[in-house]
Amino acid sequence: MKYMLMMNAPRGNGEWGVSNWSAEDLKRHIGFMKSFARELHASGGLVGAEGLASPGQARVVRAGKHGAPEVTDGPFPEAKEFLAGYWIVDCESTGRAYEIAARASAAPGQGGKPLNMPIEVREVMSAPPVEV
Amino acid sequence: MTGPAAEGLLRELAPQVLGAVIRRFGDFAASEDAVQEALIAAAGQWPREGIPDNPRGWLIQVAVRRMTDHLRAESARRRRESLVAIPEDQQLAPAPDEPPERDDTLILLFMCCHPALTRASAIALTLRAVGGLTTAEIANAFLVPEATMAQRISRAKQRIKASGLPFRLPTPEERAERLGAVLHVLYLIFNEGYASSIGPALQRADLASEAIRLTRAVHRLLPRDGEVAGLLALLLLTDARREARTGPDGELIPLAEQDRNLWDRGAIAEGIGLVSGALSNGSIGSYQLQAAIAALHDEAARSEDTDWPQILALYGLLARMADNPMVALNQAIAAAMVHGPATGLDLLKRLEGDERLAGHYRLDAVRAHLLERAGDRDAAIVHYRAAAGKTTSIPERDYLLAQAARLAAPGA
Repeated sequence: MKYMLMMNAPRGNGEWGVSNWSAEDLKRHIGFMKSFARELHASGGLVGAEGLASPGQARVVRAGKHGAPEVTDGPFPEAKEFLAGYWIVDCESTGRAYEIAARASAAPGQGGKPLNMPIEVREVMSAPPVEV
Repeated sequence: MTGPAAEGLLRELAPQVLGAVIRRFGDFAASEDAVQEALIAAAGQWPREGIPDNPRGWLIQVAVRRMTDHLRAESARRRRESLVAIPEDQQLAPAPDEPPERDDTLILLFMCCHPALTRASAIALTLRAVGGLTTAEIANAFLVPEATMAQRISRAKQRIKASGLPFRLPTPEERAERLGAVLHVLYLIFNEGYASSIGPALQRADLASEAIRLTRAVHRLLPRDGEVAGLLALLLLTDARREARTGPDGELIPLAEQDRNLWDRGAIAEGIGLVSGALSNGSIGSYQLQAAIAALHDEAARSEDTDWPQILALYGLLARMADNPMVALNQAIAAAMVHGPATGLDLLKRLEGDERLAGHYRLDAVRAHLLERAGDRDAAIVHYRAAAGKTTSIPERDYLLAQAARLAAPGA
């Protein structure tokens, strides 16, 4: 079964929470994310993962007149969290997906304290089962 | 012969085999598919059973057989549909041991890098048809699913087919523009490998090496072209710093802080030889100038030995050749190194209104660097952070955030 693990990062007081961290905190956080990705990849369960560019670059698009794009800044300036990136993992059970999500959630933040970021876990829809 | 050796040979032969098959059948798109199948068959068979005595002939024979099967199926389909059949004698028999009369690599490059194709298509098609890479390998290098890359390549081929492009070298009138397009595609392939703009890996070495290999092939075929020599020199002189460019955790190390003992002296010597030779022939072009700048960096034993006045002069020449805001940014850095950060910052002010740079992280990154040199720590932090918020490269972002954090640390 495939699951999408969506990392919702704190926005902090500025545009981007991490931009105010100390060099040491940054290094620890980046190091964790890198070894986490390597580990997931080595386990064979990683389908895909992407980090998203900063929320300041996010735009919301709706179809306007004649289908032309209508672009506004977005998405929600008042939101405390934003989607920072995601992993898609293929694992045997929901429990395993939760374990992976918990590891990601505990990524080190300022002073090395676990961030306990909310990780939204959603199962990816699949093809209909084989008829027997 | 071992697996990697067989692979190297296959990649070397790919354009020659494709050229021979196209000359026989005329159909670029179908020939390209047939050659790809032959390459895949060889990649499976040769490491196990040994390289055949005439590897080129072997590949041509297999590709021609695939092509004949394809034409039979096509003509059967047409017979069913319209009773118009391709005469059997038009499906020519192979002559696999005929020696290569000419190298078709250039014609193929001109075809795959045709200005009618989007850059992404031209890059993918060049890597497959001329580079002999499989669709899976190309997809892997660009971090996209194989099906996506297969579709991109197939659309590019349809486009070439629809344009009715003849399989021959461009006319003398078209030549300069078309060669420019080829060199640009090779440069982009290198760049994709060297400074990947997407994904977590800063360097994807295989693409950089592949770009150098293909540019070398073009240089062999056009040894007197100054810009071809210039591009090859530029790629070698840039790639020479590859080992020094990232730290143990993949973090970006800027030129001034690199361990120059890690630079590849052989590549530097070759690059300097190429660019000196090209410039002494009296020709001048943007790749040659960029290579000359790279050579000046590579020649400096220490960062502080860099000949910045000469680099500034070369950027001045480059800026006169083409109105390119990225060149102007680098010119501002060189001016700051020669005349002090205030001069550089003044030059940046002129670039502020340039639409092509609007929202680009490099403008903020350069400004932050110059502000730091000018001693304006707070402003430098603001611009490092702004740049970090704009770049889409993870290693670049991490580097810029670390710069801001370093300046913001108490006692910094």
